[in-house]
Amino acid sequence: MKLGRVVGTVVSTRKDEGIDGLRMMLVRDLTFEFALQDAFVVAIDSVGAGVGEVVLYASGSSARQTPVTNNRPVDAVIMAIVDTVEVEGTVRYHKATEGA
Amino acid sequence: MMLARVIGRSWSSIKHPTYNGRIVFHVQPVRPDGSSIGRPFLAVDAVGAGPGELVLVAREGNTARQVLEAPEQPVHAVVMGIVDEVSVAGAPKGSA
Amino acid sequence: MEQARVIGTVVATVIDPSLVGVRLLVVQPEDADGAPNGPPTVAADALQCGAGERVQIVHGREAALALPISFTPVDVAIVAIVDGSDRCS
Repeated sequence: MKLGRVVGTVVSTRKDEGIDGLRMMLVRDLTFEFALQDAFVVAIDSVGAGVGEVVLYASGSSARQTPVTNNRPVDAVIMAIVDTVEVEGTVRYHKATEGA
Repeated sequence: MMLARVIGRSWSSIKHPTYNGRIVFHVQPVRPDGSSIGRPFLAVDAVGAGPGELVLVAREGNTARQVLEAPEQPVHAVVMGIVDEVSVAGAPKGSA
Repeated sequence: MEQARVIGTVVATVIDPSLVGVRLLVVQPEDADGAPNGPPTVAADALQCGAGERVQIVHGREAALALPISFTPVDVAIVAIVDGSDRCS
């Protein structure tokens, strides 16, 4: 899974009917130093993520293995909203205190 | 599928049962001339390949599961052939 | 599939129901010599791995097949703890 920040939403009226009713979020990849990368993905939201949140998303056919994306033409899904990330013994991100 | 060189081996005792009795190789993708291209990765042996050999590797789950006859098992890359010869534009290159 | 080292953890309480109780670990892919090999990623732990351990990870939908509930949005999973790794010449 990749770490990303939800930076926006995507709206499309004329689209494949297979993705009707799904929430499309614009996600920008994050490094584990929490720097935004020059990589974006449009991912279906399966957990109620909001703009600004740090999330995990899964890609490929794994992305279809949620109740909302099952058998749909989806290749990226937000499957977790991140609370804390710890790397090499250091807390790199803590949602409750971010920006505090 | 891609051309790759067997560059090492990995051993585990605590592992998913799928890997019991299977050999896991480090493989390095190579160009037809044998030079390295891209990053090395792990692949399960299905053909009795050995260290240093030029092999045919698939890095795609469905293929790996079919070749290893491991339906619904967590394998994603497989060594599925030992390459005898690669010829590019008529000129024989590479070696077994 | 790649060899990797466990370098961290991710905690998420709002998560797909299939992943409740599954540990999510930050892993750094490595080559046969233990040198970093590409960017870190997040893997679901199908075993019981500890920080610093060398592991084997599987990518793609096959990753989900290693987990207790295999219908799960997981694209990287830890499937083995590596005891040893040799580079042949």
